[in-house]
Amino acid sequence: MDARRGPLAVPKVRRVGFFTSIEPSPDSPRPNRSLSGPAEAITTSSSPLSDSPSGQFISPVQIPPLRHRSDNLAAASRAAAPVPVPVPGPSAFRRQLASDRALHVGSYNPVDSLLGTSPPSSNGEVSEDSGSLFGFQRSDSAKLSASFPNGGFDMTMRVRAPQESEAKVVIASTSDGRKKNVEPSGTSEPVAATKPRKEKEQKSLKEKTSKAERRAIQEAQRAAKAAAKGEGSKRAGESSRAKPSKTAKQTQPKKDVPQVTSSLSEKRTVSVEKERRMDVPQAQMQYDDKSRVDKAKRRSVVEQTESKNKVELFLHLPQYERGNQLPNLSSNIFTLDTIHHAVYKVGLQHLAGDLSGDNSRCIAMLHAFQEAINDYTTPPMKDLTMDLTGKINGYVSFLIECRPLSMSMGNAIRFLKNQIRKLPVDLSEPEAKASLCSEIGRFIDEKIILADKVIVQHAVTKIRDGEVLLTYGFSCVVEMILLYAHEIGRKFRVVVVDSRPNLEGQKLLRRLVARGLDCTYTHINAVSYIMGEVTRVFLGASSIFSNGTLYSKVGTACVAMVANAFSVPVIVCCEAYKFHERVLLDSICSNELGDPDAIANVPLRTNTKHAKTMDNNKNLQFLNLMYDSTPAEYISMIVTDYGMIPPTSIPVIVREYRREDLLL
Amino acid sequence: MPDVQSMVLEFVNKLRKRKIEGSQATARCTVELLRSVISHHRVPHHANQASALIDAVKAVGAQLVAANPVELAVGNVVRRVLHIIREEDLSLATAAVAGLDLLDASDDDEDVNGKGIGYTAMSAAVVAAAARSTLRPPSLQTLLEGTPESATVPYTSSSGADSESKSKSADKSSITRKLKHDVIEGVNQLIHEIAGCHEQIAEQAIEHIHQNEVILTLGSSRTVLEFLCAAKEKKRSFRVFVAEGAPRYQGHLLAKELVARGLQTTVITDSAVFAMISRVNMVIIGAHAVMANGGVIGPVGVNMAALAAKKHAVPFVVLAGSHKLCPLYPHNPEVLLNELRSPSELLDFGEFSDCLDFGSGSGSPLLQVVNPTFDYVPPSLVSLFITDTGGHIPSYMYRLIADYYSADDLVM
Repeated sequence: MDARRGPLAVPKVRRVGFFTSIEPSPDSPRPNRSLSGPAEAITTSSSPLSDSPSGQFISPVQIPPLRHRSDNLAAASRAAAPVPVPVPGPSAFRRQLASDRALHVGSYNPVDSLLGTSPPSSNGEVSEDSGSLFGFQRSDSAKLSASFPNGGFDMTMRVRAPQESEAKVVIASTSDGRKKNVEPSGTSEPVAATKPRKEKEQKSLKEKTSKAERRAIQEAQRAAKAAAKGEGSKRAGESSRAKPSKTAKQTQPKKDVPQVTSSLSEKRTVSVEKERRMDVPQAQMQYDDKSRVDKAKRRSVVEQTESKNKVELFLHLPQYERGNQLPNLSSNIFTLDTIHHAVYKVGLQHLAGDLSGDNSRCIAMLHAFQEAINDYTTPPMKDLTMDLTGKINGYVSFLIECRPLSMSMGNAIRFLKNQIRKLPVDLSEPEAKASLCSEIGRFIDEKIILADKVIVQHAVTKIRDGEVLLTYGFSCVVEMILLYAHEIGRKFRVVVVDSRPNLEGQKLLRRLVARGLDCTYTHINAVSYIMGEVTRVFLGASSIFSNGTLYSKVGTACVAMVANAFSVPVIVCCEAYKFHERVLLDSICSNELGDPDAIANVPLRTNTKHAKTMDNNKNLQFLNLMYDSTPAEYISMIVTDYGMIPPTSIPVIVREYRREDLLL
Repeated sequence: MPDVQSMVLEFVNKLRKRKIEGSQATARCTVELLRSVISHHRVPHHANQASALIDAVKAVGAQLVAANPVELAVGNVVRRVLHIIREEDLSLATAAVAGLDLLDASDDDEDVNGKGIGYTAMSAAVVAAAARSTLRPPSLQTLLEGTPESATVPYTSSSGADSESKSKSADKSSITRKLKHDVIEGVNQLIHEIAGCHEQIAEQAIEHIHQNEVILTLGSSRTVLEFLCAAKEKKRSFRVFVAEGAPRYQGHLLAKELVARGLQTTVITDSAVFAMISRVNMVIIGAHAVMANGGVIGPVGVNMAALAAKKHAVPFVVLAGSHKLCPLYPHNPEVLLNELRSPSELLDFGEFSDCLDFGSGSGSPLLQVVNPTFDYVPPSLVSLFITDTGGHIPSYMYRLIADYYSADDLVM
């Protein structure tokens, strides 16, 4: 492939420069060319195509991080191309290539190379860039897939990262057009023969189509199926009947087509917006919104009863009566067919509170998904990508019913969905499942296990002999750091600070003491008593938001604040997959409510126990917050798998490193 | 007086075993004990009444303070009683002098009236007693006026009393009886004041708590309870967050009482203090003791709340009865004025007994458990003190405290 691409690339450079402005290309918008890559932007900045407002200027200051993949590609292309002229981004000329050539170009990984080389000149600009870029690619791929319904476009599909975007409208229209072309021409051949082909087409399209379009296609499919059934009797009317329904259904997407193709800037903004909308995770459900809660309730598997005595400030968070539904649910673990039993089990574990710790929750969920995918079979007449995504969505909403997801779980789910979405269409079902499972496994290994190891290696350099380290609650990364530092012979003392009601610190304490570490145990109220002798604070994280706010187990903020008051450095250890692009200012707006009874029940003291009658008193409430947010100013350093960074660098990490893993 | 001695011993034991909790209860017990000590005190006729009384009280006081050095209220009350004795003695001496020199009733009355106004910190009963004995009020004005006099007073009082005792042996028994009577009167007054400090503080609640406020408190303090309820009685409706105060869970006790009185109460974990503080309008806590620099010793966790309040610019208000005002300047109060409680409140001995074992391995235990009782809040974090004499800022506390104690008693 590489060898062929080189020679191709050289002549095309010139063609790009001259021909594109003249060449009418209705379904692939022009400005995308200029976005094809900074290399082109540098060399052919005089080209009339670079009139797009973004992307042509490269700030000399900000050097984009190197990516090995793009490196390889660049090297390969250099080796292939004898001319030292910078090779333009392949997507630039891919559009005008003959369709057979496009196949070869498709094997290239344009997305990666582009991302790798596009400088982060400014946040807004670059995101626009990539947005419209994807739009372009998708439309391109759509064209390809439309013209090659019988396979042969596997490479393009595998490489590309098709996403829901405005460009799919184009796809839909083109494919529709093609189908129409096929049908009249193939009037002699039976519909049954064309159907598989159509389906294949649609399969390839589906993963790139938006929900509405997918529904439209599905409807059309159904109509076609129904028509096929009655084919014997009303064969003549079949095509005419199936077609109108199809066209009627697709008028809505079709309407968009002229808009999209006509005004380029509009298209860009639209696609960018779509892109952004997809980037931004779904807004958390606000539980004081009655209608939505009711809607969600109707769908729910777990019958949760809202607890009555809720704190006014937290009406937007769900709070349920605990404990009564668990036996019910665990009894029908194998009878329930909508939820896979592995997922069900994880959900129940969440509900019962057996799983704690973000990493273990996330890993358990991913393993359950792995199992579920393994046992998954695509129902007949359905598309794996779509159906599986739907299944996963069902699982996720079940898990949310059991316990609100942590940010890291949300990120992992996004990763999985993206993986499903970019599955090559021609993969057989077992292959697709195997690839998904291995991707999940890779995620666990790379993003969690390996990341933890890297973090340990980094963090251990911050532990010197004779130090007193304070940690709060239970964080498995911190535990690994402490144990590793002890293993390599550092002499230090650990202060474990704990808090009610979970007392996770005792778990950590037991493990540390068992390994022979010198420990001091205290509760969170005494943190300002003990802080005087502490030299460093190590904290775990549930998530870190892009404004540097640390979202972690409740009490972390207190510890960080007191450490700050005592001028003790606070080091946060967090895997990069937990970073989140949301922003958060306080602990009220986004949080999770735990079981209020856990607070009401006070150990050891009978006299302070609240009588049952007190529980029903409207004036007395118990608030069991699970998380709090620590302002970035209290954090000295964040140790992550990309190194040790200040909290201000979180948005950069989220932008630069996460995109490739999760979104592409 | 074996009965007094046994009472002292009993009380010392109670203090040592931490049977008495809370500075108010301790203060009341102490002052009652001291009253009985004074009333049972028999002085030989030739000795100086006042100094003998002071010595006796000091001896008992030293025992009590040694029994529980972190319970500063004991020392405070002992110093207050000593102060009362000195004042009564001084007033008697001046009365004697006045009786010798002036013998002018009208002048005396005027004097009493003029000084009675300034003397509001102590109660009407003492003022009534002072009306007879022309007690010199310790107000700022008279302090300034009588500076030269006050410097010589300690000496003149004792020497004068001595000379008087020699010259006027006939008057002596009456003076002795009078002194004792006045002192006990003063101590009764102090008891009354300690018992009534809640009401006086609570009266000010309406000035500080407004409609729809959210108030955070922690620990269990009777003063805070009365303060909040007083505002509630004035038809102010507000919401109270109570930090539960692990590991003693006194917040639960407070919450229970608040709810019983009809306040909207929410119990939160101590770790959620920072999370909630952004929605809180005011932090109100009851102090364990207030130091002369304006620092506060309070239930454990208070410093955290104060820091969080400072961060969010939430007023941090400390309620303290006058018996909690300690004339000492703290040094390293987090450690020196603290008390470590049993680790069993935090960790289950059964589960961790193998870790806590001293005998194993290197000889020192791998696991230590720290369970302090108190927390120190530096004055910079306190917005306001509300005492029974009104609101004060931290930097004024030293002056307020100087009104209650005499400088001779600071070191016991």
